[in-house]
Amino acid sequence: MTATTEATGGPVVAQQTAGGMPVHHIAIFAGLLALLIAAPFFFYPIFIMKILCFALFACAFNLLLGYGGLLSFGHAAYFGMASYVCAHAAKVWGLTPELAIICGTLVAGVLGFLIGSLAIRRQGIYFAMITLAFAQMVYFFSLQAEFTGGEDGIQAVPRGHLFGLIDLRSQESLYFLVLAIAFAGILLIYRIIHSPFGQVLKAIRENEPRAISLGYRVNRYKLAVFVLSATLAGLAGATKAIVFQLASLTDVYWTMSGEVVLMTLLGGMGTVFGPIVGAAVIVTMQNYLATFGAWVTIIQGLIFVVSVMLFREGIVGVISKWTRKPL
Amino acid sequence: MKSRFVLAALAGVLMSGTAYATDVKIGVMNDRSGIYADIGGEGSVIAARLAVEDFDAASKGINVEIVSADHQNKPDVGSNIARQWYDTEGVDVIADVPTSSVALAINEITREKNKIFLNSGAATSDLTGAACSPNTVHWTYDTWQLAHGTGSAMVENGGKTWFFLTADYAFGHALERDTSAVVKEAGGEVIGSVKTPFPGTDFSSFLLQAQASGAQVIGLANAGGDTVNSMKQAAEFGITQAGQAIAGLLVFINDVHSLGLDVAQGLVLTESFYWDMNDGTREWSARFEEQTGNKPSMIQAGVYGAVLHYLKAVEAVGNKETEAVMAKMKEMPTDDPLFGKGVVRQDGRKIHDSYLFRVKTPDKSEGEWDLYETVATIPAEKAFRPIEEGGCEFVK
Amino acid sequence: MFELLGIPPQALFGQLLLGLINGSFYAILSLGLAVIFGLLNIINFTHGAQYMLGAFVTWMLLNYLGVNYWWSLLIAPVAVGITGVILERLFIRRLYHLDHLYGLLLTFGLALITTGIFKQIFGVSGLPYQAPPLLSGGHNLGFMYLPNSRAWVIIASAVVCLATWFVIEKTKLGAYLRAATENPTLVGAFGVNVPLMITLTYGFGVALAGFAGVLAAPIYAINPVMGENLIIVVFAVVVIGGMGSILGSIVTGFGLGLIEGLTRVFYPEGSAVVIFVIMALVLLVKPAGLFGRTA
Repeated sequence: MTATTEATGGPVVAQQTAGGMPVHHIAIFAGLLALLIAAPFFFYPIFIMKILCFALFACAFNLLLGYGGLLSFGHAAYFGMASYVCAHAAKVWGLTPELAIICGTLVAGVLGFLIGSLAIRRQGIYFAMITLAFAQMVYFFSLQAEFTGGEDGIQAVPRGHLFGLIDLRSQESLYFLVLAIAFAGILLIYRIIHSPFGQVLKAIRENEPRAISLGYRVNRYKLAVFVLSATLAGLAGATKAIVFQLASLTDVYWTMSGEVVLMTLLGGMGTVFGPIVGAAVIVTMQNYLATFGAWVTIIQGLIFVVSVMLFREGIVGVISKWTRKPL
Repeated sequence: MKSRFVLAALAGVLMSGTAYATDVKIGVMNDRSGIYADIGGEGSVIAARLAVEDFDAASKGINVEIVSADHQNKPDVGSNIARQWYDTEGVDVIADVPTSSVALAINEITREKNKIFLNSGAATSDLTGAACSPNTVHWTYDTWQLAHGTGSAMVENGGKTWFFLTADYAFGHALERDTSAVVKEAGGEVIGSVKTPFPGTDFSSFLLQAQASGAQVIGLANAGGDTVNSMKQAAEFGITQAGQAIAGLLVFINDVHSLGLDVAQGLVLTESFYWDMNDGTREWSARFEEQTGNKPSMIQAGVYGAVLHYLKAVEAVGNKETEAVMAKMKEMPTDDPLFGKGVVRQDGRKIHDSYLFRVKTPDKSEGEWDLYETVATIPAEKAFRPIEEGGCEFVK
Repeated sequence: MFELLGIPPQALFGQLLLGLINGSFYAILSLGLAVIFGLLNIINFTHGAQYMLGAFVTWMLLNYLGVNYWWSLLIAPVAVGITGVILERLFIRRLYHLDHLYGLLLTFGLALITTGIFKQIFGVSGLPYQAPPLLSGGHNLGFMYLPNSRAWVIIASAVVCLATWFVIEKTKLGAYLRAATENPTLVGAFGVNVPLMITLTYGFGVALAGFAGVLAAPIYAINPVMGENLIIVVFAVVVIGGMGSILGSIVTGFGLGLIEGLTRVFYPEGSAVVIFVIMALVLLVKPAGLFGRTA
């Protein structure tokens, strides 16, 4: 996958590959959609909605790591802040859910712009440490700010009526709203990856000096993908606030940043479907291991170690290798 | 949803197949891995089991199943588990739930699903105030009780001037605000306070500010690791030796045990329960210790008391229908070996005596867990916030 | 009460001294990170867990084996260092040919495991550690009461930091190390066992974290999460200093401790974030860090 970009490099060829969706991708998306429409009849709907929110979050993160080559260790900041703003907008300002979600998403985008413009000044591990440090600042802010409710979080957020019409207290309507948001978000990410912009990103990831010499203003591209990723992470966070009817410190804490890295790594970074699989696995695991206390942390650590040592392509990466199809 | 229907039908078949009249499922949810794991955790599950054992549920036609989960102090994890328990696993009652944020979330869900919430672990007095719910019983303690117990008793014993070390977040601010009000009301004076970053490890700088203020009492408006660290460092800087008293506003016996008497001696604090109060508490605590290796905290004791009282109510009503059982729990006086006789108030607040303890000096302590001496007993009617001041809406 | 100019100079002096003590921890920890980074090009996310490990080993030595603090000061860092050597041999070594990000992810995973295991065994309430007789008590310096244990932290960390600096910058061994940082193949060609050197360097960096843990044991609560939040601050310290020089990370560590100490007096609410704010400013003005060689 990376070899082709290496070989072709320039923007002209990149535009050609940005054409229609390969058939097997269409098939997978369609299958996924069918599966998800049927899922609430077999599984606990809120559980599926949680997976959907995290799948979108992980895909947004993967846009930055897998395609931009930038490891952010502070994505909880956008996810969590969006969730706070959305909860506040819905509860205190009384906005309808779609407007509240948009508010949260926009704030995440602005935050992403502020942090991103500073963070892209350094590369590699410094970048990771800087994003982590800024996320920690956002955490402290959330802890102390009046509107976030400190450690109590914002509780009992009303789900409200979508467009003022559809009552989201019905679990079915809510489910399909979340499904629509997550799916639209993931398709948008897919579109970005396969656009000329996405091709340039891959070129930068593979060989930054070369991209510079080709005349790309690398930092602008990096900032753009950073902001996009933060915004979409925000969309996931804001949606989560409506689903769980609360926004809390968990979502801005650095362990959340670690979890999204884990989901992406496990599923397969730089693959389209990897983060979705990773999110599903991790959320399911947390769900079933909830009774085992600190074992959740230990197992997550083990998955990290195993993934890094033996399994760097991730689940979907390995399948992609077997089937010889980019997934 | 279809699956739920099938499950319900299945459950119905199973139920009719057993000899028991009532099946009750109690979910003990708390922190099993984080900072509150020691004051609740598995110990609370064991406490709940002891309650079932002592009640002898099986012979009374009540089949009790206890499940447990770790909410990791995260409201989203907690509410996820609660919804799932209520929606798909047939849980009737959720017990314990420390950490105010999680407790408030469970409080909402329980009301929405019309089940029963027996809280023992959370501190926030909002559970029987602004956020009160007809489905909730708040058993063991709350912030109002702690602030009033410690605040007024300290002033009465001569601690007129106060300086607060306040954890800089909503909980710390609330604790400082409540305690300040009590101190002033009792004729004391607050001469200063400093907001400390949360969570913090180094409190030396703030302790020196407190020392420089010359206040008679340094109030610790913080919890958990912050309290432990500030106590440890206060001892290091010789603050108590120099004559200032330290008042912990949210300290549990496990914190004192972990600090050791050298460090914690002289600390004054309020609790609702101490294992070494009478034969009843000593005997029960010995059984508890056999299974856990620790003496019970007041939270674990509270889980025992609450579950026992709930089972009695189910027996009296004859089924587990929420309204009837809640009404019974509030109507019937409580009586258990740990908290003695008491009552569950209309707003869900359990009322019992509360105690002001002072941590013993090492030479007076006769064992690992011989930690407290009683300074004062605050009678039940004075220990908790009067019902009309709470602002609970459904209580008219 | 504590207005900007309302503080008597003596009190201020006391607060500065406390800041310096905190800075000692930042200095040792960021020094360890810098040493490891210099040779391995890895950001050691496990550093916080290893600091915690140092404190726990100290506690275990006293409570299980009756070994006192002074021996722990030697034994605990060595023990933590050995665990580091094992980790390097088993895991980290296999990642040198890959992107450095994998090293970061691996050490993050290892940190989760270590912390989780200690949580499972010891809970999180924290364990008490009785300071040795020589360190309990303190001296009245006139402007403040300085506990011996704190004074000891400054002395011990200053000695260790300077010794490390001396070894790396002024000795032959250090010269090899620095050379291996620049060009491992060439140094290997001179007959130096570079892989062994890398292993030992990691072990040493980790031992420094363990040493900081021993120093922390009598002062702070010993619990499994004691390193978690500290390490993020230390990362910021490292970004501010830039990891180019040993001396740089020491100076930055102590310096930021002082600044943080001042913030605690004048604006306590901001003391948790002051280091991150400085980090943002440094990034704006000098992206490579104060002592960084290259961007």
